[in-house]
Amino acid sequence: MSQTDYIITDELQQAVDAALTLERPLLVKGEPGTGKTQLAIEIAQRLEAPLFQWHVKSTTRAHQGLYEYDAVSRLRDSQLGDERVKDISNYILHGVLWDAFTCDQRAIVLIDEIDKADIEFPNDLLQELDRMSFNVYETRETITARQRPLVIITSNNEKELPDAFLRRCFFHYIAFPDKSTMEKIVEAHFPDIKKDLLKSAMDVFFDLREVPGLKKKPSTSELLDWLKLLIADDLPAEALASDELRTVLPKMHGALLKNEQDVHLFERLIFLHKQRQR
Amino acid sequence: MLLGFFAHLRSAGLPVSTTEHLNLLEGLSKDVGVLDLNRFYLFSRLCLIKDEALYDRFDQVFQDYWAGREAAFDITMDGIPDDWLKLANKDALTDEQKAMVEAMGGWDKLMETLAQRLEEQKEEHHGGSKWIGTRGTSPFGHGGYNPEGVRIGGPGGQGRAVKVWEQRQYKDLDGTRELGTRDFKVALRSLRKLTRDGRPDTLDLDGTIRATAQNAGLLDIKMRAERRNAVNVLLLLDVGGSMDYHTALCEQLFSAARSEFKHLEHYYFHNFIYEKVWRNNNRRHNDTVSVPELIRTYGKKYRVIFVGDATMSPYEVLAEGGSVEHWNQEPGAIWMQRMQQHFAHCVWLNPEKSDYWQTTPSIRVINELMQDRMFTLSVNGIQDAIDALKTPMVPNAHQFDPQP
Repeated sequence: MSQTDYIITDELQQAVDAALTLERPLLVKGEPGTGKTQLAIEIAQRLEAPLFQWHVKSTTRAHQGLYEYDAVSRLRDSQLGDERVKDISNYILHGVLWDAFTCDQRAIVLIDEIDKADIEFPNDLLQELDRMSFNVYETRETITARQRPLVIITSNNEKELPDAFLRRCFFHYIAFPDKSTMEKIVEAHFPDIKKDLLKSAMDVFFDLREVPGLKKKPSTSELLDWLKLLIADDLPAEALASDELRTVLPKMHGALLKNEQDVHLFERLIFLHKQRQR
Repeated sequence: MLLGFFAHLRSAGLPVSTTEHLNLLEGLSKDVGVLDLNRFYLFSRLCLIKDEALYDRFDQVFQDYWAGREAAFDITMDGIPDDWLKLANKDALTDEQKAMVEAMGGWDKLMETLAQRLEEQKEEHHGGSKWIGTRGTSPFGHGGYNPEGVRIGGPGGQGRAVKVWEQRQYKDLDGTRELGTRDFKVALRSLRKLTRDGRPDTLDLDGTIRATAQNAGLLDIKMRAERRNAVNVLLLLDVGGSMDYHTALCEQLFSAARSEFKHLEHYYFHNFIYEKVWRNNNRRHNDTVSVPELIRTYGKKYRVIFVGDATMSPYEVLAEGGSVEHWNQEPGAIWMQRMQQHFAHCVWLNPEKSDYWQTTPSIRVINELMQDRMFTLSVNGIQDAIDALKTPMVPNAHQFDPQP
């Protein structure tokens, strides 16, 4: 991904700016497909800083981000009489935060989809994110960050995050891009897209998002996929002329509508519209 | 003045803590968000508000407090322009970047260019500030993010840009809005109580390792039960009459609750709880379950959620024979109290807007019976209801005494 692909709005830029200056974690929320995860990757690229990604799942525990003690291998080694067994630090597996703390330059840490984990997960990370240090119980050492990393946390709002955790973060909500920002985003991805095609595609896209009752509104990434298909097919812009939107399903709608109920709903709307025209 | 703003936010019911206010001050002392009111708006929102549902309220409070005080803001924040040029630490630049600096004619020349550029910006921009050199077009480092960042900004107060907070673009996100199933699910989810109940049938790896280690290396296998959501919910829904207006909302709540709780039982009633409820609306007159049976069937651990608009004649609650459908021997309030004595965890969700509550006598009466555990059927309301469900009701000291 080249640097120009990602468009940062002024608001978001200021949020990142503040998080960097004050060395606080930045919690990012927003509709799916607004580029929450990409943000961390992009910052790391622009700052030329190492990026440590931690993708959280429902089974993820907080200590996995710090370190894990691999007792099973140690047990096996002890039964085989391996020499390594005497030093417990051979069996400490470093987690994402450990690596980021011991990094020589300022690192970027991405904690992706923190809401996927157990409700207690954010609470277990309070101290670590606040002081940027933690204790290793097995070897009795303390790992302290040489340079406080910039922590980007994303959430999809599936669970509420505890207040104590929120107090320690900056919070930014990425709003869905407006038309002009969206045009910039598209142009960054497809620099030589035909202007008229772009315009009619955007009209279709934003009209589609306005359709009431859609289960899943198409997002930025879906628009980009769809445009890729349109470009690959080399469709003329007339094929998407906006008054046609209300009479037929848009071309390649499968990239935009991901749910058969939505497609049905849309077909029904088209049907109603046709009836009214008669 | 900022303290006043803080107090203003708190009095508007925004959950702002002292820590967050101190963060804001720390940021301001480091020149973050001081250049103009727009920047300050963004930065204070970043620091203080941690939920997009509260953005709209914040926008309103911000507007309310700062309208007419723009001049005061500029004075408070004045004196900054002298130090906009926070010089980057030269040592922090990489060799490559240093070479680029040299190519520009050395550090001093660079800063001169920077100052010059600032001058230009003053004329062209409206109090906006930018990181120097986005995406490699400027000599000030790669892709705009210089390691330490040379931050510059135009002075504020000359033809202010559009005020973001006045647009109230986050209105839709306000938590008091009506909601879809997903929002309901999220709200209901906090009632989850994961416990390990039942037959131990999965391998407890950590426990096994610990036990084996304690057993000097001899394998000692530990098993445990799977984690399950142990909360039981009894949903009682008002149907028909004035509830028809709220059908869609109740359907959403119902489908959300059904997917969220494994042990969910539901029954219907009309207007208020009397001696019987029913499960199937088509056969409501011949297929009913009596409330005493309900109490016998479901244990005390069930959380009971009543859903109804509670809008009726107060007689329907307080008087015998008050029901609009049949002759009830005992007033509904007595049945309600019997329910509450058994199921200590009860709440009432009301789809009616809370503005109408005070002016509708029956809502006041029922809310009193529920010991103020009536909440609106909205994200915020459900959240509060779920919180209330966590604590049992204390049995009413003065039992309801039916009027003779």
